Amino acid sequence: MTNLHPFLPFLIAGILAVFTRGWLRSAIMLAAPLFGGYQVMQAEPGTMVMLQVLDLELTVYRVDELSLLFGYLFHLGAFICILFALHLKDTLQHVAGLLYAGSAIGAVFAGDLFTLFVFWELLGLTSAFLIWASRDERSFHAGLRYFLFQVLSGVLLLGGALWIWWTTGDISFNEIGLGSGASWLIFMAFGIKCGFPLLHNWVTDGYPASTPTGTVFLCAFTTKAAIYAMARGFPGTEILIYIGAFMACYPIFFAVIENDLRKVLAYSMINQLGFMVVGIGIGSALALNGAVGHAINDVLFKGLLFMSMGAVLYVTGRSKASDLGGLYRAMPITTTLCIIGAMTISAFPLFSAFVSKSMVMSALLEEGHWGIWMAMLFASAGVLEHAGIKIPYFAFFAHDQGIKAKEPPVNMLLAMAIAAVLCVAIGSYPAMLYDILPYDAPYSPYDMTHVLTQLQLLAFAILGVVFLHRSGRYPDEIPSVNLDAEWLYRRMFPAIYRGIKVVISVLGEMGGQAVRFTLGFFLDKLSRHHGPSGILARTWPIGSMVLWVMVLLFLYMILYYVE
Amino acid sequence: MQNGNNENIGWADNPVIRQRIRNVLYAVCGLLVVADFIVHRHVYMPLEKIPAFYALYGFAALVGVVILAKLLRKAVGRSEDYYEQRGEDND
Repeated sequence: MTNLHPFLPFLIAGILAVFTRGWLRSAIMLAAPLFGGYQVMQAEPGTMVMLQVLDLELTVYRVDELSLLFGYLFHLGAFICILFALHLKDTLQHVAGLLYAGSAIGAVFAGDLFTLFVFWELLGLTSAFLIWASRDERSFHAGLRYFLFQVLSGVLLLGGALWIWWTTGDISFNEIGLGSGASWLIFMAFGIKCGFPLLHNWVTDGYPASTPTGTVFLCAFTTKAAIYAMARGFPGTEILIYIGAFMACYPIFFAVIENDLRKVLAYSMINQLGFMVVGIGIGSALALNGAVGHAINDVLFKGLLFMSMGAVLYVTGRSKASDLGGLYRAMPITTTLCIIGAMTISAFPLFSAFVSKSMVMSALLEEGHWGIWMAMLFASAGVLEHAGIKIPYFAFFAHDQGIKAKEPPVNMLLAMAIAAVLCVAIGSYPAMLYDILPYDAPYSPYDMTHVLTQLQLLAFAILGVVFLHRSGRYPDEIPSVNLDAEWLYRRMFPAIYRGIKVVISVLGEMGGQAVRFTLGFFLDKLSRHHGPSGILARTWPIGSMVLWVMVLLFLYMILYYVE
Repeated sequence: MQNGNNENIGWADNPVIRQRIRNVLYAVCGLLVVADFIVHRHVYMPLEKIPAFYALYGFAALVGVVILAKLLRKAVGRSEDYYEQRGEDND
């Protein structure tokens, strides 16, 4: 049974989780990624499992180097996420989490566009429940908005897939490349889930509204599945370089002024996705390796950061920088693990992101994209500020708020520890990662130039923070909402809609007046002649009619005799 | 943090330790600039030839990010209940 579809273990565990409680459910949930992961380890590249549906031949399971890599990643990610959420008693979250992880795995092993579409929609649906699981007003609306973006992405994908099927008859999911209208539809479908600018709000709006554990699931799967799909469908698409560079840069500014630390991480996620999208856009073997390698590392270090903030939220009930501070004494283990995540995302040497980010940066230099390279270097300094320093500093240090806190449950600490160990292990022994990267591009991150320049960049960026802090120029954390593109559909579009409604009603009023006036004019005329007192509507006595007939006859006789 | 209540403050709030941490940072920064003149680094683009280019760029980028972000806050910052006002979100 080596060809068991990898979605099945998660589906079965999800069903069983509904009917079990306590340690039995925990064991079943942890078994799903372990068993599934073992199956995927046994899978041979080149395996294809077809399924005949009517006259469509679907490739429901396709194994090659790229899908295997993401298969490993998602099983690992699922294990860490499930472990992190193990203490919960919430069946909804457990089931949604299992099915969500399974859908992501199904999506990366999908060999045709229709199978991909099915798992693509499942990803959206199951993950929305992780937001609704907060069970409050905010998460209800945020979840709806989130779900709308997911549905839009799914509809675009289905539209593109049908169009391609109709024109070529071939539905296999391989390199698509921009060209036809259908390919643009699919490009935008993937783009939404990659967090393209202006289409990114489901990340920054939805993720912080989810539960402490739900956000960890969310950050691991949807966007990484989208990066996988983009890397397979649109490698070397030049426009992605510019989109990615913009994605890497603009969230930094929002992250600096954002007060909700989980929202800071959501912005940071778009920034990291920018690095991956740039790598896919360059399209060289080194750049693609860097992009998918960074996706793998991101699941671990961004997961670790979301877990540490989830732990803080779970223990203290707070996630806003202005409400937090001084937790390092009560939560030293969480603090340490968070700092490891922060150093990883900042790409310090010996931490995993240093390896994968250097690959994308080197590829930019090799291809001569100097302007983009400068922008990405700028973005790297920005990452250090908001994710490397702001997150641990405001949560665990800063001003002591005297919050009563303790370390989170053991399962949370264990999940964070696994992610932290992997961040350091991959950073220190990059061969662990290189050996499974799908493209052939030898690269050595630990040469003198890379290490020195990266350390200079980071050390002086930290110096910049110290300078701003000491001189009182560092922005305070203040409770606030910062308007982003969601303002367009939460404020402007409703305002336009209301405006149009007002205009229509005013126009309707004016039109009504005009019609009434014109109508009134004619009615007036009509009633003058045909109304009750109108000359043409008068009832005439029979006598007067006889008189008129006689007058006519008389005139007729006179005329006759005159002749 | 200098409230005279030294038993009750953690190490990270101790001004002496804070100053020591800063001193280490200054020393590391100094060493990295010195290293730039000793180590021969590969140069791909003209700007990289500037001595200690990465150090200067890192400092400037960070200060630039924060200053621009403060301007951005002036433009887009609203009160925390901005979206809760005027009964929006009821679709």
